Amino acid sequence: MGIRNSYIDDDAENGLFRVQRGAFLDPEVLEAERARIFDRCWLYLGHESEVALPGDFRTRELAARRIVFVRGKDGVVRALLNSCTHRGAEVCRERGGNANSFQCFYHGWTFANDGRLIGVPGEEAYSGGFSREKLRLREAPRLESYRGFFFVSFDANVAPLREYLAGALEYLDLVADQSELGMEIVGGTQSYAINANWKLLVENSYDGYHAQIAHTRYLKYLAGTGAFGAPAGQRWDRARELGNGHAVVEYTAPWGRPIAHWVPSFGDALAPEIGEIRAKLEARLGADRAHRIATTSRNLGIFPNLVINDIMAITVRTFHPLAPGRMNVEAWSLAPRGEAVEHRRHRLENFLTFLGPGGFATPDDIEALESCHRGYATTPEEWNDISRDTGTPEPPITGELQMRAFWRHWQDRITPNVSSLAEARRVAAR
Amino acid sequence: MSPLASAASALCAADLSRAEIEDFLFAEAALLDEWRLDEWLALFTEDATYSVPSTDAPDADPSDTLFLIADDAARLRSRVEQLLGKTTWSENPRARTRRLLANVRIRKTDAARAWVTANFVVYRMRSNQVATYVGRYEYELLRRSSGLRIQHRRAILDLESLRDVGKISFIL
Repeated sequence: MGIRNSYIDDDAENGLFRVQRGAFLDPEVLEAERARIFDRCWLYLGHESEVALPGDFRTRELAARRIVFVRGKDGVVRALLNSCTHRGAEVCRERGGNANSFQCFYHGWTFANDGRLIGVPGEEAYSGGFSREKLRLREAPRLESYRGFFFVSFDANVAPLREYLAGALEYLDLVADQSELGMEIVGGTQSYAINANWKLLVENSYDGYHAQIAHTRYLKYLAGTGAFGAPAGQRWDRARELGNGHAVVEYTAPWGRPIAHWVPSFGDALAPEIGEIRAKLEARLGADRAHRIATTSRNLGIFPNLVINDIMAITVRTFHPLAPGRMNVEAWSLAPRGEAVEHRRHRLENFLTFLGPGGFATPDDIEALESCHRGYATTPEEWNDISRDTGTPEPPITGELQMRAFWRHWQDRITPNVSSLAEARRVAAR
Repeated sequence: MSPLASAASALCAADLSRAEIEDFLFAEAALLDEWRLDEWLALFTEDATYSVPSTDAPDADPSDTLFLIADDAARLRSRVEQLLGKTTWSENPRARTRRLLANVRIRKTDAARAWVTANFVVYRMRSNQVATYVGRYEYELLRRSSGLRIQHRRAILDLESLRDVGKISFIL
């Protein structure tokens, strides 16, 4: 069948924006996504706190590759490709830990935690052309970080990370600024899978329209806990394009925020401490920025597959397609380093009320995404409509601007032989 | 003391028996499989907890580690209400479940309390797919005059991740 020229119908004149369902279903699309998106973009690898000490490592799987995310004894963080340079077996088969070296168990080649080949059993059997230096572990071509968030790219010529992140930098700052001691990933990974196309989770993660319906039960639960004390001051309700396919929704929400909006369900004992955190934020960042950090919730999508939702707690979530109708998902909780014990407990409880495969909301999202995907198989020729608030200059979070931003950029990258966005739209209009 | 009262007090002073504990656990499992969640909830104490650790941190504490589920009594009550309501879309229509408990071990017991572990396999059937949850339960049980009650119930998955099961939308 082959890939279509365009999967989006961007009809500005009539205020319509549609996505052809083949974008979720066609194996050719996934092939193109692997080559033109996952092998070309910056992809989230992990947070610096996960490899805080020399020798700390985590094994990660992304873009169909196995990576050892490790801090070497030289203090440098690397993304080592987890395949022995001898005959290819994985040199590390643990989830994480601390190690000086990684030994391939097949023939015993040993690599230092900075990637150098440091041990070869029976090395005397090799001739003069054999070079340990040439046989060091391979690395992802590019690895850069911004405020603790490490990204890799398999394209050596990719633009620098900061340039790529564009407007998303502002929103990463709003997360990273929450503690002067820095942020850290809390122990415990929510690792699951969804039988749906990966782009459905992109859309879902900042979809403000579905919340009232799909998450009725969560909102009722919140009301029952007395959480509906909307923070005082300026109300926020906006969706923004951040460039390069990144987008965000930023809004005033009814739930409590460990940083730093108290609600009754947190208990009276926690109120003074939340007040103190708020006061410290104000002293450090000024009243306006402190107010924004403390009282707004922000669902951020970084193209293609990183979601940082700073809502009733902060979740960092990344996902990778295995097939058009299946993705793996990893989600973590990010929190201020040095947070008080009791506060951390509340943060984690607040996280679990909504988020994760056992929470009061995520299971229903998973159900919705899988249901969409099954629906697409029934009607592969149909188009999804994401035209809400095309005519609104400053669209609210229940609009769909954030999704259109993603899809325009996606189309720009995916379409062969169409280099500019304008041209892609002309193709779509034909 | 009347002979009857003294017999009752002797009975109460006896350690919880294996038969009593197993009967209780099997009945509890049946309530869950039959979606009789109100009756199931009545088995818990007022300060009960129900938790499921993340698969990469099975021995952790929910106060400092991200879990999959870490309900106190209030959240557990809400979870049951939600599951019995109509807008828990992930369980409406409801899945079928069937749980098999085995290797029940009474780790410690006295007249009032028992610490029990049991292995489980829980099957969840929905949309023509079978999800298999494998692990062990840890129970802290209390004896009340009205019967046994659950104070702490933890389901520790042996699964390395939720890749094969997706979510825990029901009571595990």
